[in-house]
Amino acid sequence: MSDTATALSAEAVSDTAVAVSGQAVSDTTGGWQPGLRESYLFDRNVIAEIHRAAREGIYDIRGFGAKRKVPHFDDLLFLGASVSRYPLEGYRERCATDVVLGTRFARAPLELKIPVTIAGMSFGALSAPAKEALGRGATEVGTSTTTGDGGMTAEEREHSRILVYQLLPSRYGMNPDDLRRADAIEVVVGQGAKPGGGGMLLGHKISDRVAAMRDLPTGIDQRSACRHPDWTGPDDLEIKIHELREITDWEKPIFVKVGATRTYYDVQLAVKAGADVIVVDGMQGGTAATQDVFIEHVGIPTLAAIPLAVQALAELGLHRQVQLVVSGGIRTGADVAKALALGADAVSIGTAALIAMGDNSPEYEQQYRKIGSSAGFYDDWQAGRDPVGISTQDDELAARFDPVLGGRKVANYLGVLTLEAQTLARACGKSHVHNLEPEDLVSLTIEAAAMARVPLAGTSWIPGADHQL
Amino acid sequence: MTTVGEVTSVEVVDLATTPLRELNQRLHDLAGGAPGPRHWRVLNPNGAHAIACGLDAEIEVEVKGHAGYYCAGMNKLATVRVHGNAGTGVAENMMSGLVVVEGNVSQSAGATGRGGLLVVHGDASARCGISMKGIEIVVRGSVGHMSAFMAQTGCLVVCGDAGDALGDSIYEARLYVRGSVKGLGADCVEKEMREEHVAQVRGLLDRAQIDDADPSEFRRYGSARQLYTFKVDNAGVY
Repeated sequence: MSDTATALSAEAVSDTAVAVSGQAVSDTTGGWQPGLRESYLFDRNVIAEIHRAAREGIYDIRGFGAKRKVPHFDDLLFLGASVSRYPLEGYRERCATDVVLGTRFARAPLELKIPVTIAGMSFGALSAPAKEALGRGATEVGTSTTTGDGGMTAEEREHSRILVYQLLPSRYGMNPDDLRRADAIEVVVGQGAKPGGGGMLLGHKISDRVAAMRDLPTGIDQRSACRHPDWTGPDDLEIKIHELREITDWEKPIFVKVGATRTYYDVQLAVKAGADVIVVDGMQGGTAATQDVFIEHVGIPTLAAIPLAVQALAELGLHRQVQLVVSGGIRTGADVAKALALGADAVSIGTAALIAMGDNSPEYEQQYRKIGSSAGFYDDWQAGRDPVGISTQDDELAARFDPVLGGRKVANYLGVLTLEAQTLARACGKSHVHNLEPEDLVSLTIEAAAMARVPLAGTSWIPGADHQL
Repeated sequence: MTTVGEVTSVEVVDLATTPLRELNQRLHDLAGGAPGPRHWRVLNPNGAHAIACGLDAEIEVEVKGHAGYYCAGMNKLATVRVHGNAGTGVAENMMSGLVVVEGNVSQSAGATGRGGLLVVHGDASARCGISMKGIEIVVRGSVGHMSAFMAQTGCLVVCGDAGDALGDSIYEARLYVRGSVKGLGADCVEKEMREEHVAQVRGLLDRAQIDDADPSEFRRYGSARQLYTFKVDNAGVY
């Protein structure tokens, strides 16, 4: 808890944190002087939110993901090879990174060159050039990208060699031609930022094109359903998956995506329903627009979700037969390698991909200031005023974003994630990143040890090992 | 129809002896105007799921018996006639074409449909026309609760009664009910039935080949458009 306290108080004394709350402060200390003591419970962010709630009378809707500190991959360390096992040479000995998704039932599984994919993000939430850039970047390094709650755009299909098409509760833009043009289908049950919640897209982002794709009037605040309209529960899901297979002649892999909550049970039920691939999105997973209270208070950390999913698959004898894709807070190659070591077959990135394209870059500081934010704090993706041109439907703002350059940045970033993961895998003596295993990891904290089910460093202690599901 | 054979030339597939996969594959192989039979008859459906889903050809498929879930799902261009009852999600996400069910249908009939016409000669269960996006649905009997939930565009004509919470959170779809409505959902209100609306109902009844319902007896329901923006004043109905 001390880490949390430090993080909060450190943030609270910076002027930018106050600027986010919309209150003008001229000096860099936010008015603090020796002797003034800020409440831990009622720090300036809490006070600003209470004032905002009292003023506006409606909950705060924002983008990004959970900002609170939770146990994460940072709390794990790799045990590099030494006398007891030997490492691989960095630039001579091969460490493969390929992954095949959808080997269970589909006739045409996805063959990816790297175990990092681009998560579902909607056209509507993102501008068309931003979607194009994600496709370009993913294609350049041989991985997949994913549509979102708004249908498939021509731009993203054209620029994505491997495109996963989401089937969401809203079914905006859903049509069988796109289903057949897709390389895989992802049945979205939930997402980590809001397990149990439906999509939101506020009116200022509902341009004529977005509205037409979704069969809705321009400019209204869209509230997507949180449950699918034509199935309820795992038995129905099995029949739904069967229908999707029939429509696409059993060619496409079918993913089922869940927000991380009761992950062990959800994964077992999704597998029973016939999924080829399970996507588990931890609570740190991003969103374009969700109530802040939902983002911060629903779901479990990615770190806790992976072992639950792996256990569920292993007990069915299907770990590695039904592939596991993990998302929610992947930022570095270390995160990638740790997720794989815990048993994931691949990871997905969303927020990090947007940042790679320039989101929250200090280059735009002046413009962030004009809209009451600051580089490093910007989370108003719901508002459509993104100065970088990513989370907007404003033609002028979107035109600032160069999809070719953006794609290049995404490719570079994906390449770095892969190189970093390979570096760690070689250090552990692995000739394929999938050979990483929990045995290669230790934990720095008791909480992370319990969640990730790896021992606390220097011990053989896995807290809670006797209390697993 | 681009048929080349005479009316009596019907391709018969017996699901008691032919796998569903084979039937659907043969129907899919007709997409894009490919040559093949234009008139199909499916025997012994016995409630199988996903019969004739994903069609994309101007063909006619008769299902001689009861169909399970998602019959004629995502239909394009084809005419599918079910001579029996149909399960959940009949004609879900239909794009175009015609789906006719002689009997009753289960939940979520025509869910998220974006075009085409769905005709149900019996009753429809809950959530008929949920999230409809342009489909036209005519039900000769009654519809269950939560019908036309979040209905976006398109038209639902109910010759009988409607259950509770009709048109909850409705957008721009038009709902016409001849009988009683047990209750209206959030933001759904009764609206004036003008001549253009009577004409619309008449046209749909004609296309559905229902000639014993007087279009002037229907009442119209639609969105009050009060939930189109997130406002604190709406908190009670969210």
